Amino acid sequence: MLAVLGVAVAAAMLLDMVMLATGMRESFRELLLSQGFDIRLAPKGTLPFDTDATIPGVSAITSVLRTNPDIREISPVLGGSIHIPVGALDVSAAVLGIDPTVQGDYEFLSGQDVTTPDAIVANDYLLQKLGARFGDTLDVAAGYDPQTRTYSGQRKLVLTGKVRFIYGATEQPSAAVRRETLEAMGGGARRDRASLFMVRVRKGANPDSVRNWIATEIPNVSAISIATAIAQVDQRLSYFRQLAFILGAVSLFVGFLLVTTLVTVSVNERAGEIAVMRAIGVSRAHVVQQIVVEGLATTFIGALLGLGLGLLTARYLNSILSAFPGLPVAIDFFLFQPRAVWSALGLLIVSGIAAGIYPAWRAASLPIAESLRREAIA
Amino acid sequence: MIPDVAPIVSLREARRDYALGAERVHALQGVSLDVERGDYVAIVGPSGCGKSTLLNLIGVIDQPTSGTVTIARKRVDAMSDREATSFRLHNIGFVFQRFYLMPILSALENVALPMAEAKVPAEERKARAAELLAYVGLSSRQRHRPSELSGGEQQRVAIARALANHPALLLADEPTGELDARTGTEIISLFRRLNSDGTTIVVVTHDEDLANAARHKVHMLDGRIVDA
Repeated sequence: MLAVLGVAVAAAMLLDMVMLATGMRESFRELLLSQGFDIRLAPKGTLPFDTDATIPGVSAITSVLRTNPDIREISPVLGGSIHIPVGALDVSAAVLGIDPTVQGDYEFLSGQDVTTPDAIVANDYLLQKLGARFGDTLDVAAGYDPQTRTYSGQRKLVLTGKVRFIYGATEQPSAAVRRETLEAMGGGARRDRASLFMVRVRKGANPDSVRNWIATEIPNVSAISIATAIAQVDQRLSYFRQLAFILGAVSLFVGFLLVTTLVTVSVNERAGEIAVMRAIGVSRAHVVQQIVVEGLATTFIGALLGLGLGLLTARYLNSILSAFPGLPVAIDFFLFQPRAVWSALGLLIVSGIAAGIYPAWRAASLPIAESLRREAIA
Repeated sequence: MIPDVAPIVSLREARRDYALGAERVHALQGVSLDVERGDYVAIVGPSGCGKSTLLNLIGVIDQPTSGTVTIARKRVDAMSDREATSFRLHNIGFVFQRFYLMPILSALENVALPMAEAKVPAEERKARAAELLAYVGLSSRQRHRPSELSGGEQQRVAIARALANHPALLLADEPTGELDARTGTEIISLFRRLNSDGTTIVVVTHDEDLANAARHKVHMLDGRIVDA
């Protein structure tokens, strides 16, 4: 029983490490694919919203993009921050200026979307901070000087709906308005600018070909397809993956050693029994088979328990890690994928078979007469 | 049909030496012995005189350093492991002081084990195992696991297991060594009945009652037969 529990702990750790090694990457990929946009355009040399830089000439870029028949939808997004006075307090929030007909940044939950220039929608966290209700008029400013306590680019906006931002960070108060509204609030500095373009290609078109075309036609932007975005994330997460790989390999090796040791001890304790089996005519092959099956059974039962334990611990660890400030809510560190479970189970079964080989060889090589004599003396 | 009159066991000048650290132990020093078919032989002598070593050579679980061992007209002293395993499976039954039954198997399954190894069809081995358990008086204990049986019952299951593949020879090493006197007497009676039913038996023992039940006694001392 203790042996099975030991294997279960190693199996749980292995599963968690397999889930961790691929989880963030897959989670990020699912996040990018969730809204159906295939290509992102960010200021040259940056990733989307990596910096405060913006892309000038939204209208011109949109016109160029529309000349490509493979491009179906274009969604320019302008990012920034807003300040809303609530009594004596200043509540700040992240804001996105979008076109509600093509946006892919939030899920609409209740109320009304930003159908008019004076509408604003907010996430639950901002709504709680403001203590506001749908229909309330808010004094929203694009800038705030804390020294003089003065607001700039102020405008009255009506709170119309509640949304959930897909790429928003945990516990980040956020809102969205129409892009032209945010441009107007920012004065001339933001006119005809965007932080990001999201581009949806026609069904059947090759996103990488379109990405290459954009890179040639609009050289002042970084065109990032989902594949290149994932490659860049992969590069940033490489230390994470290496750590997960090393810890996973260590847990697999610990499980292997544990099973080998326990089955070897079991073989040593049952040397007399094995010698008698051989004496009554049981072949070496059957002894080997029996011991390997024993190791495999210990591994398999431990693995099944461990996979359950691994899923529970992964869920718990994910809840802790996902609460890190600045991470998108939808990003998971440990992503459950049947492939991860099968991979872990496959590795454990192979290690279980390998773990049984040495004790099986020992059992099959026991000298019968010598083992019986030792047993008799014992 | 001409009856087989050759001895079922024939050893000629069998020697068995062991390395014990730097020393060489001469466990058997040129033993010659014949056991006739249907005989019941008890090998007796003080501890360390070579009784069990002799039984191991007869049982083909060990090989002599020199000399020859012939069992059922077949030279067994230089067999490969595979040949020796197959020979033991089909020709020799073993009973040990400790019963060494498989703890997870029932009495019936323990008895059927050597038959499964010999690839006897399932129905046939079940019937034969039941028949053997009836022979040793354990019909009602077929489904019991070893832990649910007394020492005497476990030894009777071990004897039934030894008889599973119709062996030409039954070998027993101190079969009453772990039993109380009354249970030991039951096993002695069972051996006597087995022999009178035609089974050739060679037993190694310190138990005088068991030795006295045999037709012949072989006395050993310091690796030699001193009186046969």
